[in-house]
Amino acid sequence: MHKPLNIKTQLKDLCSQQTLAVLCTHNQDCPYGSLVAFANTDDLSEIIFATLRTTRKYSNITADKNVAMLIDNRSNKASDFRKATAATAIGKIREVAKRKNGRHLRIYLQKHPHLSEFIESPSCALLSIVVEKYYIVNRFQEVVELHLRKKK
Amino acid sequence: MIFNLEQINDESMPLVGGKAYALAILSRKGITIPQSICIGTDAYEEFVNNTGLKDRILMEFHRKDFSQMRWEEMWDASLRIQHMFQTTGLPARIREELTKSIEPVFGSKAVVIRSSAPGEDSQNTSFAGLHDSYVNIKGIGPILEHIKLVWASLWSDAALMYRRELGLQVETSRMAVLVQELVSGETSGILFSQSPVDNSQTIIEAVYGLNQALVDGSIEPDRWILSRKGGTEISCTPAARTQMMIPENQGVKLTSLPNSGTNSLSLQNSELKELFRHGMKLENIFKGPQDIEWTYRQNELYTLQSRPITTKKTDGDPRDWYMELRRSFENLQILRKDIQEELIPRMIQEADLMSKMDLTVLTDQDLLQEIEQRKKTYEKWQQIYWEKFIPFAHGVRLFGQFYNKAVGPEDPYEFVELLSNTPMQSTQRNKMLEGLAQDLRKKPKLLRNLKNHPERLNENFKKRLRDFLEIYGNEAWGLADTPKNIDNFLHLLSEMAAKKSILKKANTKSLAALERNYFKVFPADKQGYASDILELARASYQLRDDDNIYLGRIENAVFSAMQESLRTVQNRDPDKRKFQNYEDMLASLKELKKSPKEGFVFTKPDPSYFLKARQLVGQPASEGLATGKARVITEPKHVFEVKSGEILVCDSIDPNMTFVIPLVAGIVERRGGMLIHGAIIAREYGVPCVTGIPGATDLIETGLPITVDGYLGIVTLETKVNESF
Repeated sequence: MHKPLNIKTQLKDLCSQQTLAVLCTHNQDCPYGSLVAFANTDDLSEIIFATLRTTRKYSNITADKNVAMLIDNRSNKASDFRKATAATAIGKIREVAKRKNGRHLRIYLQKHPHLSEFIESPSCALLSIVVEKYYIVNRFQEVVELHLRKKK
Repeated sequence: MIFNLEQINDESMPLVGGKAYALAILSRKGITIPQSICIGTDAYEEFVNNTGLKDRILMEFHRKDFSQMRWEEMWDASLRIQHMFQTTGLPARIREELTKSIEPVFGSKAVVIRSSAPGEDSQNTSFAGLHDSYVNIKGIGPILEHIKLVWASLWSDAALMYRRELGLQVETSRMAVLVQELVSGETSGILFSQSPVDNSQTIIEAVYGLNQALVDGSIEPDRWILSRKGGTEISCTPAARTQMMIPENQGVKLTSLPNSGTNSLSLQNSELKELFRHGMKLENIFKGPQDIEWTYRQNELYTLQSRPITTKKTDGDPRDWYMELRRSFENLQILRKDIQEELIPRMIQEADLMSKMDLTVLTDQDLLQEIEQRKKTYEKWQQIYWEKFIPFAHGVRLFGQFYNKAVGPEDPYEFVELLSNTPMQSTQRNKMLEGLAQDLRKKPKLLRNLKNHPERLNENFKKRLRDFLEIYGNEAWGLADTPKNIDNFLHLLSEMAAKKSILKKANTKSLAALERNYFKVFPADKQGYASDILELARASYQLRDDDNIYLGRIENAVFSAMQESLRTVQNRDPDKRKFQNYEDMLASLKELKKSPKEGFVFTKPDPSYFLKARQLVGQPASEGLATGKARVITEPKHVFEVKSGEILVCDSIDPNMTFVIPLVAGIVERRGGMLIHGAIIAREYGVPCVTGIPGATDLIETGLPITVDGYLGIVTLETKVNESF
């Protein structure tokens, strides 16, 4: 079990080291998973990603805002069972403005500058998951929940 | 993969390890050494990689943070890993390569198989004695099996702990193996060309026969101290020479020394001089003081191995303690005699004397003196407990390793089954308690009276209660509450009566089959040893439980005297000084009992978030699944609050509280290990148990629904109580 002071740091490190994550959505009892390029706010309270409005995931999140996102650092080797960390973020999704120099856009493009053209397209939506909690799994089976308190 | 000594050079050192490298140098310098070949570390790596063993080992090893593992947990991990080596066959290619190189050199000759791990022996580190060697092995089949055993010893508990101490990487550790012709000398020994404690002296130790007995401590050697200036004798300490170690079939045995040996020192002056000169010669070759193993066969001196003297070795060398964990059979037999014949009877006698003393007639001053005296008695027994009783518990582990190597069972813990029917104080007590509960189950009126009108209980039942308390009432059931606290005791009995008995009946049939199977693997001349080591393990198994009960009685004697003191204070004018004294003593007694806090403390570090444990990983100590409300034991009184069907969560279970186990549905312990009291009692009663959860009592709250997975060693918090599997 990792010490509590390390867990948030570990989670921040994981988020900053990974560029892609699996977004889990559903609609009318039909689950769906998709790989997205993500970025996060420094306090881990929001996870930002972009998608075309024509995609299945966009359609799903329009129907139900509750989503999960899996971020992990596996290397596809047996050593993952002792070394890999996986974090599942649970939260509600909202669309955010793509204002130039806006906070969300700035954070996102800082991590994925090569996606600037993609983002600029009117067909692309910038989305933010407002995270309620993370389930963090270490050493294959060790699970800790990190609950974020709502800002007053 | 295979090196003749002539092939070994500076470049090959990382592949052959320090021991083989040193022998290669000696051979080149014309020093007589046994015929040897070295199996390089690449053979080890090919074996663990091609069989998938490496991933399995690391998975087992990383079950928990290495730095948080207690010794018992490391021993368990080590047992499982070594068992993996034994049950994994050599891939055909490695088998062929090794056979091709070993068979033509040694044929059916007896050999010694030794470890030669890179970095094993240097000036700053010495793994001497921490990895295994096997003496007198004959034939390619047994040689190959023993090479695997030497590889496996890279993962011995003592070697793992030493690596942790030195900060060495466990994951990348590798092992080369030396196969040497067995030189069965008439006299053997060790030679420190420079004493580790006085650099003006040389030390020589010698025994008759093989030096294996000297190295593992089963025979005391004759010992000489010589001056490094010219080799003049400073002192000679003869041993009480009675035994020697000799080769026998596959292996070695201790045998009586003939009269010629008992009457004369194991070395003559001329040999001492030769050894002294030899030490200096080797010092010159290696440019530093050497720790040398040697043997004389037909007046010819053979060097078996030479390594630098570890300069870091001091009185506080942790390796001494790790070596302590490896008690030999002979050493444990001596300890057993001491414990069974001397210490336990004395302990019982002292506890009895104290419990029979009428404290109410003592003056205030005498009572304070008596408390002080009892406290000293308790401290004395605590000391003995650590010095004698705990090391004796290794008898079970020694047997476990012996059993696994000889029988090769599928389950590395099968050996515990052979010990589990040993009568113990705690199981006798629990049986008597269960007898009382059974009566209450059969007679509802009796149970009603017990709950509501204890004064109406019939005389027969009252007598049985009194009898029980007479025998077991003086145990310290967790320091503050003893069964003499009758309300607690009656509450516990009524809870037990509400639950169906789960006292496990010993499966004598399978026990007998297991015992037959065990003895079947030994040839006639080894039957005696097989029987002796099993008997030793049974005594160790029994005493590791009983000694806690006896220590509990002494603890209770201190506590009763303090209670008496408090009672007199409360009854008369309060004497502030004395009351203070009582509080201090209670605090100091609690301090004595306190177990070290380990690992994880769940605090709220930041107002922006909070953490909750969801799933905790420990060791699967007793199979089964159970879901129930947690009952966290952080104070002695909590033991008596346990309700039927709850999950017991505690720091560690000691035999003084095992009577609640039949009541609970599962057990979670902070202390880790398969052979700790909690794990053993859980298996005896068939209760699922997970041990080795750091911070278990901090992370789990009483009343929280939790699930204990005794198959995988996982505890899940906030599960639905009615969830079925």
